[in-house]
Amino acid sequence: MTKLAPAPPMAPPTPPARRRLRRPSGLALVTWVYIAWSLVPVLLAIRFAFNEGRSRTSGQGFSLRWFWTDPTLSVRNDPTLWSALEHSLVLAGLAMLIATPLGTALAIGLQRWRGRGSGVTNILTLLPLVTPELVFAVGLFLLFTSLFGFIGLGTTAQVIGHVTFSISWVVLIVRGRLVMIGRDVEEAAADLGAPPWHVMRRVLLPLLAPAIAAATLSVFALSIDDFVVAQYMASGADTTTVPMRIYASARAAPTPALNALVTIMLALTLLALVLAWLAYKRLSRGQEAGLTTFAAGGTK
Amino acid sequence: MRRWGWLATPGLAWLAAFFLVAFYAIVAVGFGNVTDVYEPVPHWNPLDWNVGYMLQALDDLLPGGRSWGVFLRTLLYVGLALALSLAIGYPVAYYVSRHARGRTKVVLLVLLVAPFWISYLMRMFAWTNLLDSQGYAAQALNALSIDSLFRAVGLLDGDDWLGGQPIAVILGLVYGYVPYLILPLYAALDRIDQRLIEAARDLGASPAGAFRRVVLPLSKAGTLGGIVLIALPMFGDYYTPDLMSGSPRTAMIGNTINNAVQGGPDKALGAALTLLLSLFLLVFMLYYLRVLRREEGT
Repeated sequence: MTKLAPAPPMAPPTPPARRRLRRPSGLALVTWVYIAWSLVPVLLAIRFAFNEGRSRTSGQGFSLRWFWTDPTLSVRNDPTLWSALEHSLVLAGLAMLIATPLGTALAIGLQRWRGRGSGVTNILTLLPLVTPELVFAVGLFLLFTSLFGFIGLGTTAQVIGHVTFSISWVVLIVRGRLVMIGRDVEEAAADLGAPPWHVMRRVLLPLLAPAIAAATLSVFALSIDDFVVAQYMASGADTTTVPMRIYASARAAPTPALNALVTIMLALTLLALVLAWLAYKRLSRGQEAGLTTFAAGGTK
Repeated sequence: MRRWGWLATPGLAWLAAFFLVAFYAIVAVGFGNVTDVYEPVPHWNPLDWNVGYMLQALDDLLPGGRSWGVFLRTLLYVGLALALSLAIGYPVAYYVSRHARGRTKVVLLVLLVAPFWISYLMRMFAWTNLLDSQGYAAQALNALSIDSLFRAVGLLDGDDWLGGQPIAVILGLVYGYVPYLILPLYAALDRIDQRLIEAARDLGASPAGAFRRVVLPLSKAGTLGGIVLIALPMFGDYYTPDLMSGSPRTAMIGNTINNAVQGGPDKALGAALTLLLSLFLLVFMLYYLRVLRREEGT
């Protein structure tokens, strides 16, 4: 899919005093039914992960066998499942390490770039966001099997693919914060005698830190959930990620171990969300920061 | 402050190398040739371009060609999925943006954003559990005779919800992408000033009239943006038919490209098809690019 990551910038909510008094219960019903339809299937899938029997379609007792106790089929003991889990995390980690600095630098650089070509480079930065994922994956695949054949397919190719589309998201998130911060604080610091590097390190980057935290989290989520790019860049069994494993096994009568794998991934994503939220709160002491700002990607 | 412009260079170099060149690789292979063992030979130099595969791809996609049926089917599935997504998403976005308040609103927003954090494939996988012949959804749908309804319209054939059924693919697309439509819709509807609606009411409009003449027109741009946002990935989707149906009967154009490029001897044709698909989607992509740049400016 074209990379569709967390929420776009949201306008501030209208104050309650101006709202209509009439409450359409029909719309409320539709909304809650939608929410249920949207989330209950996943909740059920999680429930089946704790089944004692082999059923993936109905509840059968409660057991952790599919997570780690079953000697051959559990996530812990089945090499295909466990290596998929490890590989997904490795890719996400590398993508975060590379995409965040690259994207942040790009955002800052673009903001400061006033010369020729700034319009074109802006468009170049946004292009990965509007390109369908299949097109991008095909391009990378053909590239890495010809001109860039020295890189070839495999983990490196997968990381490169993930970083490439993540950079655009990092730029989008960081740039929003940059615009909000504005030039005043930097110029004040410079006027007070701080050399440019000091201004960057001790004024700009700390102010940007919350957005960088939100951007890092986005890269993690994008990488963990990516399927098409990872599949096209894969080179064999040991470059399989969790989404690839799901795709390969979902129609082949899998055991609830696959559900367990999904549950673990969701738990890890939740953990990442919580960590990022805590980092965000801590880094934005003294600045404007709330749940809606965080959810909107550190911009507002 | 100008001196920091150079910071952009590593990122731009990366994007140039791994995005622009990657796209040009599709062009080079699509206009290239193929060895005796069916390995593609990219023609990087435009003067060397061989139009053979592009013409073949064009021939396939035009009426009467090998892939014309698939293309039509893709248009049908995407069209139905977009219509359904809008029908579901707009009321939800409207309710949450204009009628929900306080704590409820925050809870609703968190729940609406939740699917973003769950992998698309995991959400589809959840449905394979439910639509299996013994699954809760299959049993419920059969009990409610909804299966007969779909059979009457020709979207369901037989008993197996997961076996080559168009309705499963269409509903899969809707389930997968509607969360990505609701948030832009929410943003567009939330932006509308309540005072405009109140003014309309003060001037004598009924609630429905105020909706029709104030809210609907003002939300048009945002709605269009949201539709384009989900239409783009739908056109390249191949994993939803693979997971929800597994049959060539419901193959979409993404499947054709995927089979050609990853499957084997048709990589040049696959590249050519990808180029044509990109051309077709170019209009949508440019429109969405404009929306993004406009949003950044506000």
